[in-house]
Amino acid sequence: MAAFGGKFLRTKTFQKQKDLLKVLSKRNLHASKPVSATLTVRDAINAAIDEEIQRDDRVFLMGEEVARYDGAYKISRGLSKKHGENRVIDTPISEMGFAGIAVGAAMAGLRPICEFMTFNFAMQAIDQVINSAAKTYYMSAGEVPVPIVFRGPNGAAAGVAAQHSQDYAAWYGNCPGLKVVSPYSAEDAKGLLKAAVRDPDPVVVLENELLYGLSFEVPDEVMKDDFVLPIGKAKVEREGTDITLVAHSRFVGLCLEAAEELQSTHSVSCEVINLRSIRPLDRDTLVNSVKKTNHLISVEGGWPFFGVGSEICAVMMESEGFDYLDAPVSRVTGADVPMPYAQTLEKFALPQIHNIVNTVKKTLNIQQ
Amino acid sequence: MAYLVRNILFRTQLTRGYKQFLFAGSKYFSSTSIEGSASLDADDDVPHFPGLKSKFTDKLEFVNAEEEGHIPVYRVMNRKGEITDKENEPTLSREIIEKVYRKMTLLSTMDRVLYESQRQGRISFYMTNYGEEAAHFGTATALDPEDLIYGQYREAGVLLWRGFTLDDCMNQCFATELDRGKGRQMPVHYGSKKLNFVTISSTLATQMPQAPGAAYAIKRSGKPLCVACYFGEGAASEGDAHAAFNFSATLEVPVLFICRNNGYAISTPSSEQYRGDGIAGRGRGYGIRSIRVDGNDLFAVHNATKAAREYAVRESKPALIEAMTYRIGHHSTSDDSTAYRSKDEVSYWDKLDHPIARLRRYMVSKEWWDDEQEEKWKRDARLQVMQAFGRAEKAVKPPMKDLFTDVYDEMPRHLAEQYEECSAHVSKYPNEYPIDNYASNE
Repeated sequence: MAAFGGKFLRTKTFQKQKDLLKVLSKRNLHASKPVSATLTVRDAINAAIDEEIQRDDRVFLMGEEVARYDGAYKISRGLSKKHGENRVIDTPISEMGFAGIAVGAAMAGLRPICEFMTFNFAMQAIDQVINSAAKTYYMSAGEVPVPIVFRGPNGAAAGVAAQHSQDYAAWYGNCPGLKVVSPYSAEDAKGLLKAAVRDPDPVVVLENELLYGLSFEVPDEVMKDDFVLPIGKAKVEREGTDITLVAHSRFVGLCLEAAEELQSTHSVSCEVINLRSIRPLDRDTLVNSVKKTNHLISVEGGWPFFGVGSEICAVMMESEGFDYLDAPVSRVTGADVPMPYAQTLEKFALPQIHNIVNTVKKTLNIQQ
Repeated sequence: MAYLVRNILFRTQLTRGYKQFLFAGSKYFSSTSIEGSASLDADDDVPHFPGLKSKFTDKLEFVNAEEEGHIPVYRVMNRKGEITDKENEPTLSREIIEKVYRKMTLLSTMDRVLYESQRQGRISFYMTNYGEEAAHFGTATALDPEDLIYGQYREAGVLLWRGFTLDDCMNQCFATELDRGKGRQMPVHYGSKKLNFVTISSTLATQMPQAPGAAYAIKRSGKPLCVACYFGEGAASEGDAHAAFNFSATLEVPVLFICRNNGYAISTPSSEQYRGDGIAGRGRGYGIRSIRVDGNDLFAVHNATKAAREYAVRESKPALIEAMTYRIGHHSTSDDSTAYRSKDEVSYWDKLDHPIARLRRYMVSKEWWDDEQEEKWKRDARLQVMQAFGRAEKAVKPPMKDLFTDVYDEMPRHLAEQYEECSAHVSKYPNEYPIDNYASNE
């Protein structure tokens, strides 16, 4: 039941996404070079890991089921066969165990990529991620760097309820010492993961299960093995003049769809910002966009309290962006409840396109 | 249970390939019950369960740890300082043994001064090493200086052996400008890249899975080195300890787990901390070679560590040493142990089974040491400690800039802005701040 629901949802989103991207590329609304290839997010992540293991012999992938099974979501398909058991390592079941192993290996000079089957299970390893990976460089006065990547699916999937559906962007984003990225497209997934592996600091890469199977058209440069995106820079996915929608991960896609609908039904021009990086947060891109549109809405799948949207509101309050706002910033977030299983309840617990559309209309005082 | 949930999770990714697998699987299950009988008699008395190296039995018996006998305590030197078996005469030279004795007593002297300075409010916190000195120096002397060490927090002796000075300790506890840790860690949370000692982490046992991780890096490098990981018998109750043991065994890495079983986890006695045969008794369950030693016997600890290290490096496998000792001091300056243990109990260990006294008896019996030397060294050690103490107390604090650096490899913009703002403010109002107590930002 759950599986069927998941598949159905993914296929549906997939088609819409493809159509949307076609529209976008036709209109040439984003800054990327002309498109020439399609790439799924899954293949983008696989390529990033493959290339980085090839490039640097200190890099290895570690986690449950990553080698023989090719990863719970088939992210590491073929990598074990290609690179051998020293570079793609299956571990016994213990998040705190293999996260600790990875932290220790990083302290001793290697560059581990630590895969969590989902970030919900990474809660069992939170001490290693926060108390050790994030803080050790500071506590050791810069003597012990921990160049490590923690990655895996984050946020709601489909039909897997409370303990598989939480968005941890705000949790990790809260911690100094960590960098946190949350890719949306295949381009993001590849460029940000490669940047994370090469980064001297610990980086948390929050992927999304529902995006893994999605295909994106990507410029040629993304397919190259030296394609890296800067951590800390957001991407304007769609330029607009009336209101700014800011999101990360899967909800960038929903914002793009909402923007399309608002354009066609109400001639509202939405600018859509894909955050890409949660920490550091790209304040300049946010403020510059608000200077142009004078309105801002944040959209996220996570809970409202102390969320990414709360931080974005604070950025506006504490920067010159405040002087340019013509209306209060609004947040569209997940409902403030643990995720329910039933399909309809689950749907209502997450931001829907109509929630975004309605919030835009409310902010711009559009009556119909 | 968690595994089942994970498999359910994967079902959301159902693909054609997976369905085919399920289909093939159902065929397989139906066929075994009928066709498999042909070879049933061949080796019926041998179990075929995955990962099992065992045999069948027709006796209904539960394994009972209490009846199996406990791992003995390996000892070379008795409480009187006598070598009980002449075959076991220590291999350490007189020079090394004397050096160990001086460092043990120096550590004890420093502990007394720093403990008191906490009581006087000069530092926030301290932990003494009383009674566990032989476990520190017995292990430290058997390791290669390049072996990487993960400590728990009560292993100052290991650092002193590697060359950490009294000044280094004092500067850390007083958080001076000269502290290698830039004044960031609470007292006794030492660390030294130069001495291959990873900065102490307060969360108990968090260092334990990290040690096999670092040992994996060593294994990959091919260097003939290992990682030594210290922990207490209380920390061994953490889930991290289980993960560390299990991962080190499955990953086959050169790591020494060195348990200081000092009888107490703050107030919890080891009798309430675990059942079974202590920490060493767990080794068998994990497939890790294990030994229990008299942790108050320098030579026994040294021999065990040396043998364990040779094995770990040669075979690239973990080894576990449980050093039985006694925490004579309070857990920390936040603890008063008179509330949960008798003075007589503590006095026994302090007066009758102290590792330093035992080593001294040995040295006296060899005529390497006498009362005169003892008195002279006591005065000298106290002087050294007080001088280092004086220097640290007078030293200026780390520069304000150290508040902001090392959060990331490159200082992020918001921290750089805050640092500049803070600097400008202090420069503008120099008389309002005790800037002379802090080192310059330059």
